[in-house]
Amino acid sequence: MSAERRTLLTEALARVEGEGAMYVRIAGTDVEEVQLRIYEPPRFFEALLRGRAYTEVSDITARICGICPVAYQLSACAAIEDACGAEVTEPIARLRRLIYTGEWIESHGLHVAMLHAPDFLGYDSAIALSRDHPGIVERGLRVKKAGNAIVDLVGGRAIHPVNVRVGGFHRAPTRRELEPLAEQLKVARDEALEAVRWAGALDFPDHEEDYRLVALTQPDEYAIEAGRLASSDGLDLGPAEYEEHFFEEQVPHSNALHSRLRDGGSYLCGPLARYGLSSGKLSPLAREAAADAGLGPVCLNPFQSIVVRSVEILFALDEAIRLIETYDEPDRPAVEVEPRAASGQGWTEAPRGLLYHRYRLAADGTVEEAKIVPPTSQNQLRIEEDLRAVVAANIALGDDALRLRCEQAIRNHDPCISCSTHFLKLEVDRR
Amino acid sequence: MTPRPRLAVWKLASCDGCQLSLLDLEDEILTLAGEVELAYFLEASSDAREGPYDLSIVEGSITTAADAERIRRVRAASRRLVTIGACATAGGIQALRNFADVEDFMSVVYASPEYVSTLATSTPVSEHVKVDYELHGCPIDRRQLLEVISAFLNERRPAIPSHSVCMECKRRGNVCVMVAHGTACLGPVTHAGCGALCPSYDRGCYGCFGPMEDPQPDSLSRWMGAHGAGELDLVRAYRTYNAGAPAFREESIAHER
Repeated sequence: MSAERRTLLTEALARVEGEGAMYVRIAGTDVEEVQLRIYEPPRFFEALLRGRAYTEVSDITARICGICPVAYQLSACAAIEDACGAEVTEPIARLRRLIYTGEWIESHGLHVAMLHAPDFLGYDSAIALSRDHPGIVERGLRVKKAGNAIVDLVGGRAIHPVNVRVGGFHRAPTRRELEPLAEQLKVARDEALEAVRWAGALDFPDHEEDYRLVALTQPDEYAIEAGRLASSDGLDLGPAEYEEHFFEEQVPHSNALHSRLRDGGSYLCGPLARYGLSSGKLSPLAREAAADAGLGPVCLNPFQSIVVRSVEILFALDEAIRLIETYDEPDRPAVEVEPRAASGQGWTEAPRGLLYHRYRLAADGTVEEAKIVPPTSQNQLRIEEDLRAVVAANIALGDDALRLRCEQAIRNHDPCISCSTHFLKLEVDRR
Repeated sequence: MTPRPRLAVWKLASCDGCQLSLLDLEDEILTLAGEVELAYFLEASSDAREGPYDLSIVEGSITTAADAERIRRVRAASRRLVTIGACATAGGIQALRNFADVEDFMSVVYASPEYVSTLATSTPVSEHVKVDYELHGCPIDRRQLLEVISAFLNERRPAIPSHSVCMECKRRGNVCVMVAHGTACLGPVTHAGCGALCPSYDRGCYGCFGPMEDPQPDSLSRWMGAHGAGELDLVRAYRTYNAGAPAFREESIAHER
């Protein structure tokens, strides 16, 4: 008897950033093929950066992603400062952490309320969801707005902020400017706490994956803008060692490169990885809220990423308030960064995970070579493995229900296709 | 009840930031969604409906043959079409390939360029189909986007100022960064819309809203040259997010020799 063949195809994935598709092919009970196809057209950033000045890189790389421009700016600055042997002062480093908390809140807020929540409640969009449950969406939007307010004030605007530069900032905000922001953040923090409780009470499929978690960690805080790379199987690396342990490969079905560990295996970065490796370093409020929402110290159910993201929002708000309350206005907004002929590596934790940059500079600071590894490239292989497992576990479902479940499995990781172009098209082909 | 106008939002080669501006209207988005039928907005909804559409908003530039074909279909299905952002109106940062060899670009990023399909140039949507209105900025200003949508839904012209960033800066009462500090600033030739953000943050304008009407950048270039900008600095200054806008393109080429 020949096995029944089925194909599931979503030609254009919705509620993700950028353009991708899903392809799944099943023969009987065998999952033959799963692909996250990224057809978002490539924009060749690593090529167009060649010949640019080292001072231009943070503004240019911001344009890779409208949702996480701060991540690109700060990874670029870290790599270039490394190449030039410059180190920013502690007050500048704290201000960088502050603007970055804003981006986490804004990006996670968008995903939790607008992109992911409709999956759990059976709606096509947050707008449709808001007709029946206006409170959920309105609360999410207010929290997201608080994140944007941070980026707006520290960075000048929420998308492609203008105030970040190599060495620090063009202008440091004054204590007086920041204080009213803290009041807005406190209101948002109360709402974010409610949102963690709400997310924890959603219905989750019983599903765990054996992830190799990869994230930056810090000795005494939850890593955001700096740290050493750690993994659940014991890696402990500085940025200069990254490319010895990880590589990118090209696959025919995607304009996004796939990252692998040198042993060929996949890994996961992003909220689940950060939480799994550092949940003990969250603020007490965020730790308690996570426990109350049913999370242990490690969460390996990708469908619960909405809870982890909500916890990270709460943490980021807590952290932003703390950073404002302890704000020490820098004497100078930026340190001098003198160019030299050298290479440098830098990384930070973008909302979706580790973002690595490397640059080689000429003596006058002209960029000779650039390498950028965004989180979605790193997660792409792992997302496909999730899909394979989700299809296998739900093979009895009809095509429409299975396709929806698969799309949700992709959205669990908040893929950013615009970033990764070097991303994904999923079809399900059932034979 | 009269049917609500049907709105569609499309993405071509871009960073997503301009359509994100719509979702960043946290106080207005739900109200707006009540006034229109969001017929196609993939980033926000999996309920994608067929045209025709009353208003299509397009982000991104044309960099593939498939997108060149797609934009014709979008145009045919749309009563009005508005492009938003530097990618859609000028080709975006990815238009830097227009000054280089795209084969070289591909080989830098991809080990197997044959898997990747791309055009040699990144071009604005207006080079491919008729565009009813262009909203500039990298990214666009979300208040201006709301104004443009409101205007089109009410069949009036958008009230978007066409003067320079320089005017906005003076109105804001900033000290001129060029005159006071000799800082290179594209404010005199750049389209208004940001509210003179950069000078307000102690840096020169970097032209992300693209050229204003009749910008005469050669005169600004002379001033910047007299204050220490070399030819390469000038090429780089004009050759960013709006490198493909004619006035900036010509001026960058003029300093390349």
